Amino acid sequence: MIKKLLLVLLCAAGVSAHAALDPAQVRQLAAEDSADKVAAIRQLTQTADPDAVRVLQAMADDALYVARDKALIISGEQAFDAATGAAVDMPAEPEAVTVNNRLRGELANALAALKLFDADAAVRRASAQALQASADAGMAPLLARALERETDAGIKALLVVAHAQATLGDADPAVRLAAVKALADTASPAVKSMLLPLTDKAGEADDKVRYAAIEAVKAIDGRLAVAENLGRVFSGLSLGSILLLAALGLAITYGVMGVINMAHGELLMVGAYATYGVQSLFRAYAPGLIDWYLPAAIPVAFFTAAAVGVVMERTVIRWLYGRTLETLLATWGISLVLIQAARVAFGAQNVEVANPGWMSGGIEVMPNLLLPWNRIIIVGFAMFVLFLVWVLMNRTRLGMFVRAVTQNRPMAGCVGVHTARIDTMAFALGAGIAGLGGVALSQISNVGPDMGQGYIVDSFMVVVVGGVGQLAGAVWAALGLGIFSKLLEGWAGAVIAKITVLVAIIVFIQKRPQGIFALKGRFVE
Amino acid sequence: MRKPLVVRILSSLDTRAWIAMAVFLGLALAVVPVLHLALPEESPFHVSTYAITLLGKIMCYALVAVAMDLIWGYGGILSLGHGLFFALGGYAFGMYLMRQIGHDAAELPAFMVFLDWKELPWFWLGSDSFGWAAFLVMALPALVAFVFGYFAFRSRIKGVYFSIITQALTYAAMLLFFRNETGFGGNNGFTDFKRVLGYGITAPETRLVLFGLTALALAATLVFAAWLVKSKFGRVLTAIRDAESRVMFIGYNPLWYKLGIWVVSAVLCGIAGALYVPQVGIINPSEMSPGNSIEIAIWVAVGGRGTLIGPIIGAFVVNLAKSWFTVSFPEYWLFFLGLLFIVVTLMLPQGLVGLWKKLMNKEGAAA
Repeated sequence: MIKKLLLVLLCAAGVSAHAALDPAQVRQLAAEDSADKVAAIRQLTQTADPDAVRVLQAMADDALYVARDKALIISGEQAFDAATGAAVDMPAEPEAVTVNNRLRGELANALAALKLFDADAAVRRASAQALQASADAGMAPLLARALERETDAGIKALLVVAHAQATLGDADPAVRLAAVKALADTASPAVKSMLLPLTDKAGEADDKVRYAAIEAVKAIDGRLAVAENLGRVFSGLSLGSILLLAALGLAITYGVMGVINMAHGELLMVGAYATYGVQSLFRAYAPGLIDWYLPAAIPVAFFTAAAVGVVMERTVIRWLYGRTLETLLATWGISLVLIQAARVAFGAQNVEVANPGWMSGGIEVMPNLLLPWNRIIIVGFAMFVLFLVWVLMNRTRLGMFVRAVTQNRPMAGCVGVHTARIDTMAFALGAGIAGLGGVALSQISNVGPDMGQGYIVDSFMVVVVGGVGQLAGAVWAALGLGIFSKLLEGWAGAVIAKITVLVAIIVFIQKRPQGIFALKGRFVE
Repeated sequence: MRKPLVVRILSSLDTRAWIAMAVFLGLALAVVPVLHLALPEESPFHVSTYAITLLGKIMCYALVAVAMDLIWGYGGILSLGHGLFFALGGYAFGMYLMRQIGHDAAELPAFMVFLDWKELPWFWLGSDSFGWAAFLVMALPALVAFVFGYFAFRSRIKGVYFSIITQALTYAAMLLFFRNETGFGGNNGFTDFKRVLGYGITAPETRLVLFGLTALALAATLVFAAWLVKSKFGRVLTAIRDAESRVMFIGYNPLWYKLGIWVVSAVLCGIAGALYVPQVGIINPSEMSPGNSIEIAIWVAVGGRGTLIGPIIGAFVVNLAKSWFTVSFPEYWLFFLGLLFIVVTLMLPQGLVGLWKKLMNKEGAAA
């Protein structure tokens, strides 16, 4: 419907427009033979006349008809002369112009090419982008003309590439050489595959062009590799952010109480399932606000996980004070119970947690480097949580107590710190942060009963490498481990990378048993 | 003057324990085989193949539990990676069993044929010899344990640090063995064994011999462990467990004591793994999963660590419960296991043996 309206508007605009198209050329669009039609489309395109867009668009929309040896555009009950755009009487039996798939492809290209001359820069940019992949030799003159007329530098750069692609098969070696040189500045795998045939004798007779092509492929390869490594660093950064969220809580509880909570990964799972629960509530009661379920899930996940943590601390961990190895086993038991409870409550299958609309897509930094929004937001979220924890630990009374108990529990008790309450608070805080990690994790990986299992070893490694009770250490260790393992993964595969990281950590502990950032002072035993 | 070794070994267990052991061996070596072979299947006293496999399996677990108790109960070092040594022993013997399948179709084990490998990798060299396999069963876990333990104990890694790092170790090994390229059958591992030393592996007689061997190994381990913990070595070890710094100041180097018990424990696990594989008929990387290793710790904790009979009781109780639950209430097994971890650590720090002693003492005090 809207298309039809547009068509009418376009036609109406055409009436008042300047000189019409050549009627013979337009009539040719309705020729019997497909090849003639193609030729006509190309000719019309070469005119670079914005008016041609109207006719070709009509043809693409199956609105082009022939009657009384004239090409007509019929829209609803109205008929227009295709060449002039003037309204004419509705003919008795208009004959539709058939458009096959080959013609459709041709029309799409032609329309894109014509839009290069549009007055609107955004339309020109979109069209130039569309032609990046599909420019062929026939369009070379048109592209050259568009290039001359173009004033916007960004669009010009796009057009240079498109033009170079179109002239890559030119008969004149000098033209080819210029094209290859222009393409050498790009960084796209498609251009590379286009240049590859020119790098050997069979595909390119001229030595100069061939050497230039070889150089160009090398340059593109170099740029592609840079983009790929940057991509890895970035995915390492986002993995590191998740590790950081998992390890922050662990670092606090390990620092304060000296116990390893083996159910810490399951607190991530609790956070992720809380996110799922909030999403389901929004779906059921506020479908219009579904895109905003995530901000609502953050406090829910934090307090759910914190509540689970408080229950754990009060019922189990508190009673095992000073028996760290038993605590390890007991919390492992808690993790088994939590996993099975999740399985019974939500089923053994993964549940579906969708990204909100505003988190999909990403920023294209380079042609083959896309930074997805969900990962960018997770990195930002981790930084935000880190900041809050830093403020809490360094600027509040509770944080001061937590640090005091970490450094010297008996002495803190002597000066009046209620150490047992601090234990509970610290544990709730650590569990809550793990819940926040679960919210982040639910956006990039599967949510299922077993999802937390893989994180306990990794996040403990972060604590070990970073040093106990050290926020700064945990940050550097998490980001370092994330980036290191993603880079290794790219070179050696996931399994070898994991093993290498573990071995590297074991070796690292030989040299620095206290982690990167050792607490200073008398801390032997 | 020191007593001769034989006397010391004999005196490591008291008379009641020797009698119990004789009864146990009599049951395993004579009564069970007779009940299995001589009685018809309808008889209520017939011991089924399933029961023999299950009991044989649990005896292997009990052996692992004793090994775990040596390092945890007497050394104070909680390893969460003992599944690795168990699996290494199993894989070492599994290589031999794979070569015994037969050369009807191909010279190579089937999974290598699927990978289109033309010849055996170097580490399979000699795997068709029983002697080499038996050597490897003990040497491989010993080597891995020695190298890892030397570096870990030298830099005085202990407590939860050590536990988590052993868990990471077995996790890494599991990932490694999951790869097809590693050359151990990927995630399918080794299975479809046909014969051992030329005897059919599913024949009742072979099963009974393996069953008896496992019982003998368990008994021998028990005697060895009882002697070890009462020897000077064992007493220094217990002292290190209770006050490492003091032992160091007296002039002992804890490194060699810890490393010694660590390697011994690993070798025992390897033997258990080698006995386990022919009876169960499969070994795959999931034996190395961190969950399996931590389950070993709960056997020991349930039975009572720091005693030698405790781990055996624990292994039997937990695994019989497991067989029963997974058949009757598969949903609730993890709840039960999880609660077991919690309840035992909270209420029964000395395990069932400790509970028994407490009850006996109370009765003794009341009488």
